[in-house]
Amino acid sequence: MELERHTYDVVVVGAGGAGLRAAIAAHEAGARTAVVCKSLLGKAHTVMAEGGIAAAMANLYPEDNWQVHFRDTMRGGKMLNHWRMAQLHAQEAPDRVRELEDWGALFDRTPDGLISQRDFGGHRFARLAHVGDRTGLELIRTLQQRTVALGVDVFMECTVTRLLTDAEGITGAFGYWRESGRFVAWQAPSVVLATGGIGKAYKVTSNSWEYTGDGHSLALQAGAGLVNMEFVQFHPTGMVWPPSVRGILVTESVRGDGGVLRNSAGNRFMFDYIPDFFRKETAETEDEADRWYTDKKNNRRPPELLPRDEVARAINSEVKAGRGSPHGGVFLDIASRRPADYIRRRLPSMYHQFKELADVDITAEPMEVGPTCHYVMGGVEVDPDTAAARVPGLFAAGEVAGGMHGSNRLGGNSLSDLLVFGRRAGAAAAEHAEKRAGLVELAEQALADARTAALAPFEREGGENPYAVQSDLQQTMQELVGIIRTAPELERALERIAVLRRRVAALSVEGHRQYNPGWHLALDLPHVLLVSECIARAALAREESRGGHTRDDFPATDPEWGHITLVCTRAADGGVTLSRQPLPQMPPELAEIFAEAP
Amino acid sequence: MSYDATFRVWRGDASGGDLQTYTVPVNEGEVVLDVIHRLQATQAGDLAVRWNCKAGKCGSCSAEVNGRPRLMCLTRMNTFTEDETVTVTPLRTFPVVRDLVTDVSYNYQKAAQIPAFTPRPRDADGNHRMQQVDVERPQEFRKCIECWLCQDTCHVIRDHDENKRAFAGPRFLIRLAELDMHPLDVRDRRDAAQEEFGLGYCNITKCCSEVCPEGIHLTDNGIIPLKERVVDRRYDPITWLGSKIRRRPRD
Amino acid sequence: MTTTASRGSGAVSAGRGKGEAAPGRAAIAARTLRTDRWWVAPLITVVVLVAFVAYSSLRAFQNAHYFSEPYISPFYSPCLTTACEGDTFPELFTGPAWISPAIYILLVPLGFRLTCYYYRKAYYRSFWLSPPACAVAEPHRRYTGETRFPLILQNAHRYFFYLGLVFNVILTYDAVLAFRDGEGRWGHMGLGTLVLLANAVLLWLYSLSCHSCRHIVGGRLNSFSRHPLRYRYWTVVSRLNAHHMRWAWISLFGVAFADLYVLLLATGTLTDPRFF
Repeated sequence: MELERHTYDVVVVGAGGAGLRAAIAAHEAGARTAVVCKSLLGKAHTVMAEGGIAAAMANLYPEDNWQVHFRDTMRGGKMLNHWRMAQLHAQEAPDRVRELEDWGALFDRTPDGLISQRDFGGHRFARLAHVGDRTGLELIRTLQQRTVALGVDVFMECTVTRLLTDAEGITGAFGYWRESGRFVAWQAPSVVLATGGIGKAYKVTSNSWEYTGDGHSLALQAGAGLVNMEFVQFHPTGMVWPPSVRGILVTESVRGDGGVLRNSAGNRFMFDYIPDFFRKETAETEDEADRWYTDKKNNRRPPELLPRDEVARAINSEVKAGRGSPHGGVFLDIASRRPADYIRRRLPSMYHQFKELADVDITAEPMEVGPTCHYVMGGVEVDPDTAAARVPGLFAAGEVAGGMHGSNRLGGNSLSDLLVFGRRAGAAAAEHAEKRAGLVELAEQALADARTAALAPFEREGGENPYAVQSDLQQTMQELVGIIRTAPELERALERIAVLRRRVAALSVEGHRQYNPGWHLALDLPHVLLVSECIARAALAREESRGGHTRDDFPATDPEWGHITLVCTRAADGGVTLSRQPLPQMPPELAEIFAEAP
Repeated sequence: MSYDATFRVWRGDASGGDLQTYTVPVNEGEVVLDVIHRLQATQAGDLAVRWNCKAGKCGSCSAEVNGRPRLMCLTRMNTFTEDETVTVTPLRTFPVVRDLVTDVSYNYQKAAQIPAFTPRPRDADGNHRMQQVDVERPQEFRKCIECWLCQDTCHVIRDHDENKRAFAGPRFLIRLAELDMHPLDVRDRRDAAQEEFGLGYCNITKCCSEVCPEGIHLTDNGIIPLKERVVDRRYDPITWLGSKIRRRPRD
Repeated sequence: MTTTASRGSGAVSAGRGKGEAAPGRAAIAARTLRTDRWWVAPLITVVVLVAFVAYSSLRAFQNAHYFSEPYISPFYSPCLTTACEGDTFPELFTGPAWISPAIYILLVPLGFRLTCYYYRKAYYRSFWLSPPACAVAEPHRRYTGETRFPLILQNAHRYFFYLGLVFNVILTYDAVLAFRDGEGRWGHMGLGTLVLLANAVLLWLYSLSCHSCRHIVGGRLNSFSRHPLRYRYWTVVSRLNAHHMRWAWISLFGVAFADLYVLLLATGTLTDPRFF
């Protein structure tokens, strides 16, 4: 069998922030490390992150510390976060940011020469280390350059289709070069999944084609559990017009820097949607909200900066009530509130994006925005300290890992999550590899099976075009498992997913194996489908509304559900089994943090 | 608002290929990449194209549209007339893999050769201190999304493949400029810029600046200042003498 | 050093110039697929530069009609030989009679402009077609850029910049002298005064907006914050530098026009309108 083979200690799947940080950590721990990524190095979705990296460095507000960050994160996640992950995240983020500077990152500065920090939704203090509105690019470039400088091997444009295991755990991975279609196998005792999210399950999404839930699906198939899959974050502000850019992100910094949301009547409707949970810390009048931008100590935050789930739901309601903008969104207005100069300086890439993509000058007219699928809080169930999944040798970090963000992620917490848990996963993977050195071997039969499965779409004739199936799946998820959900719709979604599974099993593709996007999609689709099923099943089971999961038939947050997480595992028949699991309880000294007044 | 456009797309691989003509519907507000995707979904399922973010942030969908190096996601269809034939070809400077996808590994090889960032030690409290005015200049170059359009358009390698050995291309000259201007970096890369990365090959004809989708002033702010810094080091006897006599640091 | 795992040959194959595809590249026969009129800009550059060179050579070798009290043509200033018309500068030496005094002078501005980062772009593109326009193949088989003699001498730009500054001072001095009348009394101003003044100002703008100047005043620093004054200079020069091309052209026309004006006065074709 033609097969390229490699041997490593640690194979990292994905080259976004988490993957690269994991690779750096594994390499520094002495492991022979490889990174495998579907795109070219440096193109990962991390580049899309605009706002910044949340870290309680206290450069602007000395009263900020990890406890406050921890509290904000838990409250943003509606207390469903794994407390230990949230704690580690808040404690380690500042060091992870500082070390980026040792690798060449150039953050914007405070007048004292320290890293400047910006305000963001859900964060009590200005906390996001940033570079204009292209922080994600800075992060990925810094990690990329560090990875290259260390001499880590990178397999670019290479897709992993299977994880290989034996009774003791991970033995390696199997995949193909996108360019040639040739197969490749890595023998390694440790695999770190850092594959990002599942956005391509939805029609309107800020995510790129890569976000097909590969890591979620690979982990599930290898025997790991997926936790919190019902929680999908819809970013409140995606572009809505023109249709070709629908879903592309409009950064939260627009609101952090003074932008406000208005409906077709010109009202700042967010004042009508302040939930009790956040009432004490949110401004009640426009005057107070406007004063906050210049005097944050004596005023409360504008409601536009509530956590993302609240804002997304509010926009959804306004549009449904007929008060939306001409193209089915609402208006995000910064033009009338800040000078053109200021906007261009603070939000250069937003200015650029609207000018180039939509022919809109954001310094002169309001933007039209609406919710877009942005992030999945759910992911591989991992041990907080090591990022290890249930399967020995399997680790997960970044968006593909679950638990850290609970039911809703705060803006800025994603980039810090990548760094904190990427490093932990890489180090733990290296340690595991050392223990298992020389004990893993790839089973020839498993390699042959993986190969046969990958080539199957070429063998079948007269099957469907993968693009059509993908489009139907996205439509199903968008309509039936979107921001607002009901039991009948979720049941219908599961029926349709069952039909889609048969269609996916019968796909056929034209052409040959060399850089064939139709074939690539045909191999990605089973992943999206499996993940979609997890989301729908978990969403149907959770009979309450919380964070990124809103049930029209159960609109209230149910305290009972506040102690329960839902875990998806692989069923014997290849489907998904759902089970309830109690949420780990935080120790009393941490619980005290929540007893204080905000 | 929809119309049928005529597209000529290069199809083929290293062994040969040609421009194939397609008629494809175009809707209001679309960009070239949308049309290429429509072709892929409806007429040519195996049409190879690279793309990721579709928002001009990742620099994946580089190609040549009507002969000009462009990001397809940032080329709006309303910049063409409805009866204009739109020709889309792969980047010429790199070996073709298939259709619109080229082998850009040259760039990754050059990236790996750049002497790595080498910072001075942190301050006693564990922080690095830099002023905003000092970080702004290198920050401009860190806007680079590595779309390789500057590398593609640069005639030094576009028209003379043999120069790839000695010349790193505009992207990496501004990377060297960035490191040389970095307030924390302590390494001198000026000799390397001239000798290993081929700064002298650049004849500052500015095509790199013309095609940059990020609007980076590669030539004026990066390459020319780097050339001047090299002159300081290699071709300026006064500066040379000054540094010998007064032993002052280069800054 | 290799960090990206190899995917096929990383070996660099030899190109053949003339826009022919190197091995492995997409087979596209056309030299360029650009549909716009990319040849217009280089054509204009050629026409204008040829016209200027022709005119200035003619005038430089003419060795006459460059002085009309109180104005001296910028082509002949500082006029340092004993053969000079008028009496503006100390006459330092007597060259061979067949060499026009302009020849000694024009070498500096010629060198300054030839090595100028903007003019280099202009003439490499338009005269040397290297490249004629972006993404249009150049006709040469080989290319070594500015890596070897003679083009490595382009690195001497800053010396021409320094020398050019001396000339700017002199031409400014000429403009000041033009505030005297034909008899040497101060308080005169004619159209010629304005022409010389404008010429001097444009030359200053062109010189100070130069890339070498930008480097020397502050660009070479890595820490602006520790040199606030030089940072201020750098900021000003940077702002001028953004329009270096504009100053390059306008000052070129300015010099030619100043010379032409003196020529017309010296030959009596025109009389200088006098303001006071």
